[in-house]
Amino acid sequence: MGRYANHEGFLMERHALTEEAVANRFRGMETRLADVDAVVEAERCFTCYDAPCTDACPAAIDIPAFIRALAVGQPARAASLILRENPLGMSCARVCPVEALCEASCVRVSDAGGAVRIGLLQRLAMEHARPGATAPVSAGSFRVAIIGAGPAGMTVARLLAEEGAQVTLLDGDSRPGGLNETGIAAYKMLDDAAQKEAAWLLRHPCIEIRLQTVLGRDVTLASLREQYHAVVLALGLAAQRRLQIPGEELPGVLPAVPFIAALRRGETVPVGREVVVIGGGMTAIDIAIQIRLLGAGIVHICYRRGIEDMVASEHERQLARDQGVLIHAGLRPVEIREAVGGGMELLMDFWHKEAGKWVPSGKSVTCFADQIFTAIGQTLDQSAWVDDPKLMSVALDAQGKIAVDALGRTNLPFVYAAGDCAGRSPDLTVHAVADAKRVASAILADLKSEVA
Amino acid sequence: MASLHNTFVGISSPNPFWLASAPPTDREVNVERAFAAGWGGVVWKTLGIDPPVVNVNGPRYGFWRGDNQRVQGFNNIELISDRPIGTNLEEIARIKSRWPDRAVVVSVMFPLEEEQWARWLPEIAATGADGIELNLGCPHGMSERGMGAAMGQAPQLVEAVTRMAKAHTRLPVIVKLTPNVTDITWSAVAAKAGGADAVSLINTVNSLISVDLDTMAPVPSIDGKGTHGGYCGPAVKPIALHMLAEIGRHPTLAGLPVSGIGGVTSWRDAAEFLALGAGNVQVCTAAMLYGFRIIEDLAEGLEMWMDEKGYATLADLQGRALPNVCDWNCLNLNYVTKAEIDANRCIGCGRCFIACEDTSHQAIEKVSATGLYQVKAADCVGCNLCVAVCPVPDCISMAPMREGTDPRTGQVINSIPRSWREHPANPLALCHAMEREKE
Repeated sequence: MGRYANHEGFLMERHALTEEAVANRFRGMETRLADVDAVVEAERCFTCYDAPCTDACPAAIDIPAFIRALAVGQPARAASLILRENPLGMSCARVCPVEALCEASCVRVSDAGGAVRIGLLQRLAMEHARPGATAPVSAGSFRVAIIGAGPAGMTVARLLAEEGAQVTLLDGDSRPGGLNETGIAAYKMLDDAAQKEAAWLLRHPCIEIRLQTVLGRDVTLASLREQYHAVVLALGLAAQRRLQIPGEELPGVLPAVPFIAALRRGETVPVGREVVVIGGGMTAIDIAIQIRLLGAGIVHICYRRGIEDMVASEHERQLARDQGVLIHAGLRPVEIREAVGGGMELLMDFWHKEAGKWVPSGKSVTCFADQIFTAIGQTLDQSAWVDDPKLMSVALDAQGKIAVDALGRTNLPFVYAAGDCAGRSPDLTVHAVADAKRVASAILADLKSEVA
Repeated sequence: MASLHNTFVGISSPNPFWLASAPPTDREVNVERAFAAGWGGVVWKTLGIDPPVVNVNGPRYGFWRGDNQRVQGFNNIELISDRPIGTNLEEIARIKSRWPDRAVVVSVMFPLEEEQWARWLPEIAATGADGIELNLGCPHGMSERGMGAAMGQAPQLVEAVTRMAKAHTRLPVIVKLTPNVTDITWSAVAAKAGGADAVSLINTVNSLISVDLDTMAPVPSIDGKGTHGGYCGPAVKPIALHMLAEIGRHPTLAGLPVSGIGGVTSWRDAAEFLALGAGNVQVCTAAMLYGFRIIEDLAEGLEMWMDEKGYATLADLQGRALPNVCDWNCLNLNYVTKAEIDANRCIGCGRCFIACEDTSHQAIEKVSATGLYQVKAADCVGCNLCVAVCPVPDCISMAPMREGTDPRTGQVINSIPRSWREHPANPLALCHAMEREKE
């Protein structure tokens, strides 16, 4: 890295994710198994008893069972076995870091042939899914409001609808899906996969969707609590964490998540020639790969700690490296300045580990960039639900997320939280599903004991 | 270097691998390719009298696939040669003149009419062929016409047709037996009584390999209908080995040469047939699935194994396993084994546990500290199911107990063998003992 030459007269290109761009650049990032290869791969599964892959799956999918269904030629049944435990089985097959979850625990992981490729098998099975509305057990016996139609909210909605709840699902956006729709790299969700999944997930007679409805603006938590037997907060983390350094407000500095969302919506976005991504998670990888696929010349990921500390797995990091993305460790941004003749200068300090602690090394570097993305996490947008100060409000935990018990109950009776906004929950889609399953069962249990 | 040279009923071939009478030996072009690839001999696809039979024009084969899409069992409804006998004889003569060092045996299926045998067997001998194989085994198509398995299933017909063949040729006569009988030794005894120089076995097993669940018709389907066919391939090898051993240890059949057939796919299969007394082996399905090139794998593999074991010739290993085949009531009931799981190899898949827990003797437990499994010797009957289901090679073994007390039965291990014939629980044990004393 280092200071690059004068960029006078530089004009930033602008691109949208057109069909041509997808076909030429994004399609190659897809991996899938052909049907015949899937059978061969499925037959590699040892059908473990008490299978470690299922233990490792936050959604507890019966993995040996669905793989067995694939091996005996019934991919549609494989899909229904997946959906039984994970209504978001399709998107999880695309975004789950399987190399850190199910596949990492596969008993064949140290075989020459490696772990059974569970993620690809699930993806193939889900291509054969025949999802349909299941008749509710006893329709409309209780009413539940769910705020946020992201992975957690949609899953709770579906699970409760199947148990006979009248569900109202509210979302501020104009399309359901949440981060699945807006926050996941486009190359992982080609062919409008997230919308298709959301559509059939929510196609149920007991689910009513109200879009462009914002908590705190259009409805209040207090009123929802009066109208519904239970309320689920599945708000996600809508506020972008800030670098809190000078120059952050420059127009070339962009939070990654809204940028990815704009790309997913098909909007035209600016694409830099020399791009720096600050962060070390999946979002950092997603934005780095996408901006590179869209034509950025040089893309750096700068992460504050060591490579091995990054939330993004080695598999994800390798995907980025394969696209020519350079990943740097131990770099912390200090200041962003406008560069002479356009673009920006990003001043960063080098940090290193001393006796197990990260400390400044005393050296620093200035790097030119015409586009800087921040992918350093999101925080709870508290303005959304702190509605009536006179009412008892939802308690937060030390991390600023909604405090919940093991089953997702907040401090308020019959108010629950699931997904990224809830404490205890890691940030993967599959964790949102796991949360949603716990919350759905808690609601059913709580309402039942209320009646009894 | 071990020699693979083989002599079977006086017929010499550079190795013991013959292609069985089947599509691979149907015509000159195939056999030419087979000999060029290195096969030791062929049994020419069965000749019938003119006019030739008419085959179906739809699918002739059905199959059962195991893991990784490999065909484990194969089934056919093809008939004998559908070409004029004269054409076949001309081709046989040309092949034999080009490949004098290879075995060429001609399979025949003629009706039980003296004049046919009298006319055609000399013509076959005139081609230079080395021997005759009687097809008394084909289970479909021909058997409905009173030939093939219809002859092979009736011992008196086996004897009669063998005698008729022997009367009209000086060539060695090999009688190919059908496995679709109650006791293969009845057929073999009949063949021997008819003057057979050898028997070959097994022909294909009667089978209906599967049903197409969309059309509700057996596979292979001919315009919506299907029929039973002949089953072969790796799946039938255990049936063949059993019948081979039954002939080998039969009191009056001992010494009758047997050409072993049935699912030979690797050198190991061939070695097992030879160890149970076969004088050579015939191969068909493996060649049909992989091509003639497998002869290299078969021959080199067998040779290497013989070198490793110090067998210089095929005769050195032939029949070596036969003395160890016995009736159940001769097995040593004092022999105790216990399963042992190698903790260093165990991957914790739990297959052995659930198999034993659900369907056997609840003799395996999970070690909670490691997540791996171990055997409870006090419950283990030594059944071997865990070995069958374990996906890791050499992870579970059956270890014999040589001394001490069997924790399951509480009985002290007795190093003196005792079979059912001497077992106190056997009411006839005393009679056996008295008989032996008399002897």
